[in-house]
Amino acid sequence: MADDKDVLRDVWFGRIPTCFTLNPDEATEREAEPYYLLLPRVSYLPLVTDKVKKHFLKVMKAEDVEMWFEYEGTPLKWHYPVGVLFDLHASNTVLPWSITVHFKSFPDQDLLHCPSNSVVEAHFMSSIKEADALKHKSQVINDMQKKDHKQLWMGLQNDKFDQFWAMNRKLMEYSTEEGGFRYIPFRIYQTSSDRPFIQKLFRPVSPEGSAHTLGDLLNEMYPDALTRDGEKKRYQVLIHGIEPLLETPLQWLSEHLSHPDNFLHICVVPAPTD
Amino acid sequence: MSDNAESPTETQKEETTSTDPSATSDEKKKIDVLLKAVGDTPIMKKKKWAVDRGRTLQSLSQFISRFLKLDASEQLFIYVNQSFAPSPDQEVGILFDCFGSDGKLVLHYCKSQAWG
Repeated sequence: MADDKDVLRDVWFGRIPTCFTLNPDEATEREAEPYYLLLPRVSYLPLVTDKVKKHFLKVMKAEDVEMWFEYEGTPLKWHYPVGVLFDLHASNTVLPWSITVHFKSFPDQDLLHCPSNSVVEAHFMSSIKEADALKHKSQVINDMQKKDHKQLWMGLQNDKFDQFWAMNRKLMEYSTEEGGFRYIPFRIYQTSSDRPFIQKLFRPVSPEGSAHTLGDLLNEMYPDALTRDGEKKRYQVLIHGIEPLLETPLQWLSEHLSHPDNFLHICVVPAPTD
Repeated sequence: MSDNAESPTETQKEETTSTDPSATSDEKKKIDVLLKAVGDTPIMKKKKWAVDRGRTLQSLSQFISRFLKLDASEQLFIYVNQSFAPSPDQEVGILFDCFGSDGKLVLHYCKSQAWG
């Protein structure tokens, strides 16, 4: 049987083939060719699109403007992991993922500005701290030194699995008598709502001592996402593009399928009708 | 309270609770937020505010900036647990559910990065 640790590697190296096309309204000097890229699921758009910007700026009249992305009319939030954006907006569509690149008319209502990678770093580290506040009352992240925090960030930024996990495994520890983290850091996204996501306190183990499952979590937070007996399946529950069994223990999911920000990002999307 | 500062209690209704699967009927629409200044950032005399659950940190931060009459160029950072600064589009209701205690959410605000 494969080691559970192999799952971490598979999650980390998940890629989405993507085709970037310039918005036709942009002022260009000549026609812009599309640009193809394999996007890491666990990263953030600003960290992996330097080449995209360079490519399109070659034909642009304007320079040094903020680039932003859109998929079928939806501006893509750079502070959500790439894989979450894809699962939420583009799962069950044909690959490559077709993203439109914009330089003008930045949608201030929908997107946060991202003037530099240090903004991404601040967002990423803040998410890790929030997750550890839930998991260990911040004890693990507070015991780390500045250089340890930097190692987590550099690991993500430079796509270094070993560098990242050498430090991140500390954030995944828990005492055996507790049987898991204090609370599971999770976020449930849904396309059918304007609300950003569902996030509440949820323990990995029930008061009776049994392990909570993914199904238990959904039943508590978003029961409509579950298919009842005799009902047609309405929703898919996606983590990293797959539908994990609802019987999967939540603690295991948190340790193995969390994003580098230490949150378990769960997308509930309409089931494909075919 | 100053006349020209918009109170968080006067915001438009942002939530449509009837279609929200995460909302329960006994859930209060407003939560109590305690605002505390850090370092040389000016304090607010009124510390406790009733805030819509659906209000974002960005909108709360704009309110504080206006209330304190800060320069438009001055940044404001808002921290939870004196530890992390959630993203500006985060809703205070979620933070209250996860990090509130004694029926209120304590937020620290600062003109410079205070933590991490």
